[in-house]
Amino acid sequence: MLLQVSDLTVRYGRTIQGLADVDVDVPPGSVTAVLGANGAGKSTLLRAISNTLPLHRGKVTSGSITLEGRDLAKLDPAEIVMAGVVQVPEGRQVFTTMSVEENLRAGGLIVAKEKREPARDRVFELFPRLAERRTQRAGLLSGGEQQMLAMGRALMSSPRLLLLDEPSLGLAPKMITLIGEIIREINAAGTAVLLVEQNAAMALKVAEDVVVLEVGRLALKGRAADVKDSPELAALYLGGHGDSQDDTLSESAEGTDAEPATPVARRTLSKWQG
Amino acid sequence: MNTFIQVMVNGLGKGAVYALLALGFVIIFKASGVLNFAHGSFVLLGGYVAVRTQDDLGFTVSAILGVATAGLGALFIERVLVARRPLADPIALALLTIGVDVILTEEIIRRLGVELPFLGRPYDGKPIQVGDITFFRTQLIALAVGAVLVTLFFLAFRLTGWGVAMRAQAENREAAALMGIRRGRVTAAAWVIGGVLAGVAVLFLATQDFSGSGLSRGTHAIALVAFPAAIIGGLDSTEGAIVGGAIVGLTEALSAQYISFEFSKVAVYVVMLTVLIVRPSGLFGTRERTRV
Ligand SMILES: Nc1ncnc2c1ncn2[C@@H]1O[C@H](COP(=O)(O)OP(=O)(O)OP(=O)(O)O)[C@@H](O)[C@H]1O
Ligand SMILES: [Mg+2]
Repeated sequence: MLLQVSDLTVRYGRTIQGLADVDVDVPPGSVTAVLGANGAGKSTLLRAISNTLPLHRGKVTSGSITLEGRDLAKLDPAEIVMAGVVQVPEGRQVFTTMSVEENLRAGGLIVAKEKREPARDRVFELFPRLAERRTQRAGLLSGGEQQMLAMGRALMSSPRLLLLDEPSLGLAPKMITLIGEIIREINAAGTAVLLVEQNAAMALKVAEDVVVLEVGRLALKGRAADVKDSPELAALYLGGHGDSQDDTLSESAEGTDAEPATPVARRTLSKWQG
Repeated sequence: MNTFIQVMVNGLGKGAVYALLALGFVIIFKASGVLNFAHGSFVLLGGYVAVRTQDDLGFTVSAILGVATAGLGALFIERVLVARRPLADPIALALLTIGVDVILTEEIIRRLGVELPFLGRPYDGKPIQVGDITFFRTQLIALAVGAVLVTLFFLAFRLTGWGVAMRAQAENREAAALMGIRRGRVTAAAWVIGGVLAGVAVLFLATQDFSGSGLSRGTHAIALVAFPAAIIGGLDSTEGAIVGGAIVGLTEALSAQYISFEFSKVAVYVVMLTVLIVRPSGLFGTRERTRV
């Protein structure tokens, strides 16, 4: 396993449980999706991996996170980036006052100087749109472009494992499809991806393995191909037609961050747990 | 007209010194989120080392020592009080700096005793006469030094990796951490720069030309003008600090000349309040807007 998360329990403050006994594995060179409704603990999982929980007053209380057997818990966020695990946080969080180029530069500060230019060229190759807008302030980019920049910025250090937190959030269906394709391209170039999504349609198209979280617990784990056709997951995320592949589907799936999805999720998934 | 030119040049000279102080204050705030109320004591610390060594070592060496001490003093405060509390409430940290300020200032004033030693021997009190205009050498050199340091700072801020890291971390701490940017290095560098700029400023503050007084409690009081300068410019804007410094220097000089010397200190705060009423985040600041 490239990344192995075992029995992970996370607490925020004194009492709030963010995750309980969660296991997630990412095989080398694969895309693993983490699905779950609002508040399921998806971002918490990524924060635990990147060790940025302290910034949210959170803490890993038990369990382990290892990268090829190396314990990540003892490393600070910078060391984790150096180890090759880089996160694109929820809501992109590009540096809005800085130019596209400066954002990319920020992403490459941690690697040796001679590696930065080739990395930037690769990012521009992957995202020609960013090359066109290289001197523009990141805050003035569209949401899709900001997502590209956030991903490009993370790729500047040539990570072995890319953590993506809801890259489809707030994007139009076409852009979601494009982002999905780009994730596959990134993966094809050898980077493993842990993809957190609410857009199950997009995630299932891209990922090989799937993990579903429900209120901080592991609810379901399996191969994307198997899970995709399961009526339970279809009812949960895809409004009942789970095999459709087109953009309309992504669009309807986008609606899953609406509240009604959650009760359905709980009912359906409790079966899977039993 | 000649008087006006003289007042403007001297005002800008003072403004350059205020700009250095305000810039240091703003950099520290941007990098670490701390309003450093100990800035005035960094000024005294640098000045104290410089005046104590200048008889033995000469002005230049003592000035360098003073500047270095102010930088290291700031670094010490950052390491001991700020870096180890990455999640502390910024208000609590600001209160800590008030404590530092009182301790450092009172101790230096006690050590100075009744002497009020002057700095700036090579330039202080040697005005240049051009026609019937008198330029104070201290102000002219302050203007030149200020321009050079500010230019260097902005070049570093815009172009170097440290500058990128600093701006990234100032804007979004979590995203910067996720890029592997180490907060501690950025904040440490910011405090050193703030301290160094304060150490440079005192070389002009504790002079006959600038304040008519040597190193004293008065120097600390003058250094506090850095706060209105930074507030006028916008607390999180480096450009604003420069403009704010210039505005404060000119306001002081012009109101002292054309209204009254007593009013000049008040005028600075009148300007500050006016700016705040029109633009609550200062001329170039963004804090207010982004917090909403
Ligand atoms: N800083 C915090 N302090 C306290 N509780 C938190 C904090 N961050 C998250 N939580 C709680 O932890 C749980 C998991 O949150 P998390 O943000 O990981 O969910 P998520 O799956 O990413 O949701 P979303 O899809 O809305 O982003 C939620 O119940 C949330 O309220
Ligand atoms: Mg989330």
